[in-house]
Amino acid sequence: MSKVELMAAAGASLQYREWLSHERRARLSVRGAQLALLLVFLVLWEVLPKAQIVNPLFTSYPSALWPTFLELLPDTPRQPGILTHTWFTVFATIIGFTAAMVLGIVIAAALWWWNGLYKVLDPYLVVANAMPKTAFVPIFYIWLGATLSIYGMSLAISLFIAILMIYSGFQGVDPNKIKLAQTFGATKAQVLTKVILPGSIPTLIAALKVNVGLSLVGVVVGEFQAANIGLGYLIQYGSQIFKLNIVMTAITILAIVSSVMYLAISWLEAAVMRRR
Amino acid sequence: MPIATVGGAISPKVELRGLHMRYFSLEGETEALRDINLSVAPGEFVAIIGQSGCGKSTLLSLISGILKPTAGAVLVDGKRVAGPTRKVGYMLQQDYLFEWRTILENAVLGAEIQGAEMGKARTRAKELLTKYGLGQFLHHLPRQLSGGMRQRVALARTLCTEPDVVLLDEPFSALDSQTRLALADEITEILRREGKTTILVTHDIAEAISMSERVIVLSRRPGQIKSDHSICFPSCAGRRPTTFQARNAPEFNGYFNTLWQELEVHVEG
Repeated sequence: MSKVELMAAAGASLQYREWLSHERRARLSVRGAQLALLLVFLVLWEVLPKAQIVNPLFTSYPSALWPTFLELLPDTPRQPGILTHTWFTVFATIIGFTAAMVLGIVIAAALWWWNGLYKVLDPYLVVANAMPKTAFVPIFYIWLGATLSIYGMSLAISLFIAILMIYSGFQGVDPNKIKLAQTFGATKAQVLTKVILPGSIPTLIAALKVNVGLSLVGVVVGEFQAANIGLGYLIQYGSQIFKLNIVMTAITILAIVSSVMYLAISWLEAAVMRRR
Repeated sequence: MPIATVGGAISPKVELRGLHMRYFSLEGETEALRDINLSVAPGEFVAIIGQSGCGKSTLLSLISGILKPTAGAVLVDGKRVAGPTRKVGYMLQQDYLFEWRTILENAVLGAEIQGAEMGKARTRAKELLTKYGLGQFLHHLPRQLSGGMRQRVALARTLCTEPDVVLLDEPFSALDSQTRLALADEITEILRREGKTTILVTHDIAEAISMSERVIVLSRRPGQIKSDHSICFPSCAGRRPTTFQARNAPEFNGYFNTLWQELEVHVEG
């Protein structure tokens, strides 16, 4: 048990309890401010179009989202329901970041193993990472077809940053820990599995955090071009028939999806860090 | 411990023959060590002192086999060292415990890497950790331990693989001064009791005198053996004093002054 827990258990001093409640109030006021900010945004979004200060045709309003959502919920002969759209986007995103993480770890490990390979590939990786991958959306569509081009874009947009982040995490492992393993006669494979990989867990989680968001971007952009299903498609479709209600509902679902994924990773991070 | 004798003399546990070491970089080459010849008898506790950058740590890395000498050879039990061997345990300047492993998992790291039988290794690690007062922390994480406790875990990790020779590379340099004195005493005691051959590298003259029975002075770079002093305390009636007794023994100051002059300490800049 830590000192703090011991104190709390043993009946804390008055000053300590005061300090604790002060801390709690500070935390609550931050939460309150965050909530207020969201409310202000929603109220402005509702009121400004209603008062005709901005054209409601361009923005829709929050109160229109729920009816639109209900309207889009059931399957129709022309369209699947909105939850099916959401699922396709989420599924493609999961494929995208999982592939990016697996390939990222494998490629970063290869670069770590063969330093010469890293030296040769370094400039190409940096350029590939800096390239605007969305420029390839039409080409991917031609090369890979409708479904695969979406996965491909999701992977392309997140892979290079994954490789670079994970590799630099590998490089950041304390060389003295490697030296320590070597004093016991560790082989290169043992250094990789017992020192480098477990020592890079925080980096892997940071890379995952970045990748989830990027993969979602890749999927939505891919869907703009290639799909007849998915939230990206729904946004494209809604804007073409000038139904901003549909666009805004799809975008709101995207916001919820990315928040949920972010929360899931934060939870994973907390679970892993408790072990350290 | 088996002591082989050749022609009546005890054959050395560790022998360095004409050891040279140069480091290469694009800027040029650096001669770190020049013609080091040294024999360490089984069970002997030798300290090597020298100023920072004189190649002390390089010397230990060569003995442990993780570095290869430019010329010359390291022999352990008369056999040439070509890479890390199980006979040699190496304690680095800091504990470098893996923060993702528990204390017990850290202590068995060496055994695990060497492919030893893990059940036995775990039993031994538990024994060692308990002996060092860490019995109740087996399943704690390193960050929950103080610096002195962490360094004791590092000692358990080193001794868990049962090496005959233990190399200590300024193992107390990261600790505060009280912990440092207490741990130096404890570790010296443990290594003596277990009959380990020990080579300690330090820049702390007092530490070298109080812990070892022989002090070797290395010159500035390129490191060469400048002198070799046998440390004995007749005032302690032939018994090896503890590090605290040694520091208070009448002979201590004499050794200290001699070694201080040999080291030619100059304040740089």
